[in-house]
Amino acid sequence: MDHHQEYVLLEGHIIDSLVLAKVLDLILMMGGSFDLADVQIGKTRTEPSRARILVRAPSRALLDEILKAIQPHGASIEREADCRTEPTPADGILPDSFYATTHLPTQVRIDGRWVNVDRIEMDLAILVNTEGSLAHAIPMGEVRRGDRIIVGREGVRVIPLPRPQERDVFGFMESQVSTERPHGHIISDIAARMRQLRKGHRQAQTDSKILLAGGPAIIHAGGRDALTWLIEQGFVQVLFCGNALAAHDMEADLYGTSLGYGLTAGHAVPHGHEHHLRTINRIRAIGSIERAVTSGVITHGIMAACVRQGVSVVMAGTIRDDGPLPGVITDSVQAQQAMRAKIPTVGLALLVASTLHSVATGNLLPATVPVVCVDINPSVPTKLADRGSFQAVGLVMDAASFLIELARTLERSA
Amino acid sequence: MTRLLVCPPDFFGIEYEINPWMRLSNRVDHERAVSQWDTLMGIFEQDVGVVLERMTPVPGLPDLVFTANAGLVVGRTAVVSRFRYPERQREEPYFEQWFREQGYDVMLIDAGLHFEGAGDLLGFSDTWFGGYRQRSDIGVYPILSERFQKEIIPLELIDNRFYHLDTCLCPLSGGELLYFPAAFDEYGQQAIADCVHDALRFAVPRDEAIQFACNAVCIGTHIVLPAGCPTTQDWLHRRGYTTHPVQLDEFIKSGGAAKCLTLLLD
Repeated sequence: MDHHQEYVLLEGHIIDSLVLAKVLDLILMMGGSFDLADVQIGKTRTEPSRARILVRAPSRALLDEILKAIQPHGASIEREADCRTEPTPADGILPDSFYATTHLPTQVRIDGRWVNVDRIEMDLAILVNTEGSLAHAIPMGEVRRGDRIIVGREGVRVIPLPRPQERDVFGFMESQVSTERPHGHIISDIAARMRQLRKGHRQAQTDSKILLAGGPAIIHAGGRDALTWLIEQGFVQVLFCGNALAAHDMEADLYGTSLGYGLTAGHAVPHGHEHHLRTINRIRAIGSIERAVTSGVITHGIMAACVRQGVSVVMAGTIRDDGPLPGVITDSVQAQQAMRAKIPTVGLALLVASTLHSVATGNLLPATVPVVCVDINPSVPTKLADRGSFQAVGLVMDAASFLIELARTLERSA
Repeated sequence: MTRLLVCPPDFFGIEYEINPWMRLSNRVDHERAVSQWDTLMGIFEQDVGVVLERMTPVPGLPDLVFTANAGLVVGRTAVVSRFRYPERQREEPYFEQWFREQGYDVMLIDAGLHFEGAGDLLGFSDTWFGGYRQRSDIGVYPILSERFQKEIIPLELIDNRFYHLDTCLCPLSGGELLYFPAAFDEYGQQAIADCVHDALRFAVPRDEAIQFACNAVCIGTHIVLPAGCPTTQDWLHRRGYTTHPVQLDEFIKSGGAAKCLTLLLD
């Protein structure tokens, strides 16, 4: 992270004297930038004002120059302290006053040096390695007795996201959710991002994978062909789903139904409710989805496309699952770990028609990854934003309509 | 009755160079300096009617004569200066001792901060101006503002010939202000303009600014200022002030004039 910053304090009659204006102008003129972290304006003529300014610069040398230039005008560098750590008392238990992370880029100060926190994710703790040189976010359940965990807030700084360069829907990061806004331009922007990322992925660029987390409504509503097409065209590299999406996708291939409904006829077929169970049983007998595809039992659909395209699939189970299918991780902590392992290379996340998988994936993603949350129920994107994934762009629409429109937009512009 | 602290120029001279006016080669005519100082004091005592408190001069401290830099006196509190240059830091104990002997509550500035007294902090009854960057540090003003409950507008001094605020800005008893705009940057000029109405502000012309026109002492309607500033005097007359020009060129060789040679005690 190419990021150098310091907090400075400016106190006194800094408004009427234009000293604050002068300091801010100086920062900009020298090539730095600032955020006014806190400004308290004196209520009377005699009462002083106070500003806490975050000064940023593209290099340490320039930051030092700026700080040197503004110090004679009264800007004093806020006293900084190293972060504090405490050893964990037992496996899986954090010290009482552990620092809980946000999903924003975070740095910690160790021996006077600011170190980036790797694998940042919301609601975790921060572990400092034994040499005191590296720090990474760690879930509560993964700590081992004696690990050095950051406690308190001293020596920890959270870096706001830079203003995005792109002036697309992600640039505005509007997580307002509305059923009454047109979708067309949002889908165009998503398509543009996906084309850009696919190109990057083909050139082996980092952070260029597209993740799709989806629920079975994709199949029920008729989005299966569109999603299959997206996967076949190389627009999806990671798929998070549950037992149901995979089961109904393969049910559709084997029986032409989804939860017993004929996908083309549009009505329930006799004994159709058994189809997904028979599908799961069949795949269990074969041993794996991959083998079912390579042996020619499953020929079309999302799972077949994933196997053929080498998409990384993580299937996380729930307590209502039938079967489950081979490959479904039934231990939810292990499932979380498997999902977490796929996150670091993701450059865009599409969360489609699944409350559970959408929120779980949102929790794992750093704020730097753009997120689209599509659901016919407005409470899902709202819930995601309420749980901290403020960068998510919410779309209230049917999963199939979204995927079909997205595929059409991508195909049209191909 | 107004009291001023002064120090006879027995040991005045140029013994070092700490501002652009001072040149070791530019010797002070000591006899002339004494005569100019005596004339100035005569005007204060006889024409203006102030009481002078005379400090005892100290050999080896040539600038002790510039008592404006002794500190700042507010009521019974005296804030003792903490000079930027070691040459003048030697004056600090003498000023402190004088304030203590006179029964003032002495306030000392934290180590690491410089403050050169009434030379850099002056103003009207509610709003004060604090010069910074050349001699005093801006950091001292929030401390003094809190202590004395005054608004203090810091003004950066950008021309090293006008190294103390009292060399380029002079608030007057009627709310007027003499100042030399080019001694301040745009921010300072704007801040001054925001504080003092156009009609009350007089921008001293450059040739009179370098004659130390702003280094004037205003007591009621009397203004004692260095000679050679006719435009400034005309403006002051139009505002109803009585002016008392005094030849002070021997002291200007050291970078000071009427105001620098006095410290207002009440």
